[in-house]
Amino acid sequence: MTKIKERIIKGIFTILAFASLIFLVGIIIVLFREALPIFKKIKVFEFIFGKFWYPTYDPAEFGILPLILASIWVSTGAMLICVPLGVGSALYLNELASPGQKAILKPLVEILASIPSIVYGFFGMAILAPFLQNLFHLSIGLCAFTAGLTLGIMATPVVCSIAEDALSYVPRSFREASFAVGANRWQTLIKVVIPAAGSGISTAIILGMSRAIGETMTVLMVAGGAAVIPKSFFDPVRPMTAAIAAEMGEAPMGSDHYHALFAIALILFLVTFIFNVIAEVVSRKYRIKLGLSG
Amino acid sequence: MRKLIFPVRCCLTAGKNIVQRLKTKIMKKEDKRTICRQADSSRIKQKIGFGIISLCMFTTVLFLFAIICFIGVKGIRVISWEFLTQAPRDSMTAGGVAPAIVGTICLTLGAVLFSFPLGVACAIYLCEYTPKSYIVNIIRISINNLAGVPSVVFGLFGLAVFVKYFGFGVSILSGSLALGIVVLPVIISAAQEALLAVPQSLREASLAVGATKWQTIKKLVLPAAMPGILTGVILSIGRVAGETAPILFTAAAFYLKGYPKSIFSEVMALPYHIYALMTEGSHPDQQTAIAYGCCLILLCLVLLVSAIAIFIRQKQRSYYHG
Repeated sequence: MTKIKERIIKGIFTILAFASLIFLVGIIIVLFREALPIFKKIKVFEFIFGKFWYPTYDPAEFGILPLILASIWVSTGAMLICVPLGVGSALYLNELASPGQKAILKPLVEILASIPSIVYGFFGMAILAPFLQNLFHLSIGLCAFTAGLTLGIMATPVVCSIAEDALSYVPRSFREASFAVGANRWQTLIKVVIPAAGSGISTAIILGMSRAIGETMTVLMVAGGAAVIPKSFFDPVRPMTAAIAAEMGEAPMGSDHYHALFAIALILFLVTFIFNVIAEVVSRKYRIKLGLSG
Repeated sequence: MRKLIFPVRCCLTAGKNIVQRLKTKIMKKEDKRTICRQADSSRIKQKIGFGIISLCMFTTVLFLFAIICFIGVKGIRVISWEFLTQAPRDSMTAGGVAPAIVGTICLTLGAVLFSFPLGVACAIYLCEYTPKSYIVNIIRISINNLAGVPSVVFGLFGLAVFVKYFGFGVSILSGSLALGIVVLPVIISAAQEALLAVPQSLREASLAVGATKWQTIKKLVLPAAMPGILTGVILSIGRVAGETAPILFTAAAFYLKGYPKSIFSEVMALPYHIYALMTEGSHPDQQTAIAYGCCLILLCLVLLVSAIAIFIRQKQRSYYHG
């Protein structure tokens, strides 16, 4: 009797455990199902490299190159900010901070990570954009530059905490060996610790990038929203996520526009999926290199 | 002839020796100097390097304080008892945001009720029943990827599946389910960590006196891991409360007269309300002021929640590590 009960309970847990797999597969199926109709009308190549995004015109044009470029610009800007800041902060936490400082600073970084994206978006829109507009005499404050900056601030704690984890996995003996041959702390950090933690840090950077590309509300509010190919960093842009969020409400269900937005989501999903897989592979290699269990 | 040459040779060798010695002395001095110089330059490099990384840390913390200060100072002016308890009036330029607060609470509760059992069950399966490694890998990879999916994609999934396919419509139910999927990975990994922290000896002791696996899990492992699991749940509350993109098309409404009546009605939610205030409407100044207030409420909620979670975790850690 108890044996049967045990088996039933185990069975229930097994089924529930696959929920995340089911959701992931469900997302993939839904995206493909809803995105494919648009590719019957437009070739994939034309969709991705088309220069004009006029979904509501007649005839409508569905070229998402401006959106893709906008995403790339904004996330490049974000990376330029969050990689040095995040990795630098991680190095500080790992190398310089005293236990007392660490006990304060690490929760602060976690709090920065837990601030909702809408608050970052609001901060960028209400405070950062007017400030930058005055500072650089821009014609418009809501542009790729501001969006990149806001996203960069947002991705910094993500990069920082993952990189800090990676640094803390570097065995003590590595540092001790380096000190023993006369290297000082900085030399040890640059020549021994960072190379040893290299793939862990790259995982952090990849995940930060993935977060920056997939972030929605911040870019929706701060990037400006013009769906044209950006010419400079100070042009308003409309990244892919912002296009989906802004236009899905207006797109009639089942229309070409609706399917095109799902196709953008599909591309977005595939890009972040690839990033995540790369991060996974890199971090596993890293754990094997340092002799940790995979 | 030989007698003459010998002293000369002696002198020559002596001279050579002296020159040699002088040379080595000079070289040694130079060596020392270069070593010193190298040590100096590496010390300077260390100072500069440490300076740069300290600056990085400082900037990061500065951003945090900038966000909290700006929103705190401007938000506190708007917040009053009326702001927290009344519905918006005069096309969003006056009154409070109570419906949005209630809506956010409903959505958060719904999401946690949905994902908590799922997440804990998944973690129990992975940690306690120790399935074959390829199954663990499949589940882990899907959890990791689910965690990396852009939030707007969850919104589209919710729209296509819950709103359209299951016919829940734009409602609390659809929004909660979409948000629940968003936080599932957070809860799973927190629960997993908590379960792994339970000492193996506890399980062995229970199994040794004849308890079955399920009894062990129910009576010993889960109670011991509960604080850790709760930490994860609390963290996920913070995450859910602030998520906007998943509810854009599945639950949120800009303006509703009253409070939601059932799980099938649309709701106002704080994050969406902020977005709407900033991008729609015709009175930007008053609306921005209200948005500051909403941001502050949201920020306080999230900060409070993460502070509680961090506190519980610290306590838990010190419990296990002596």
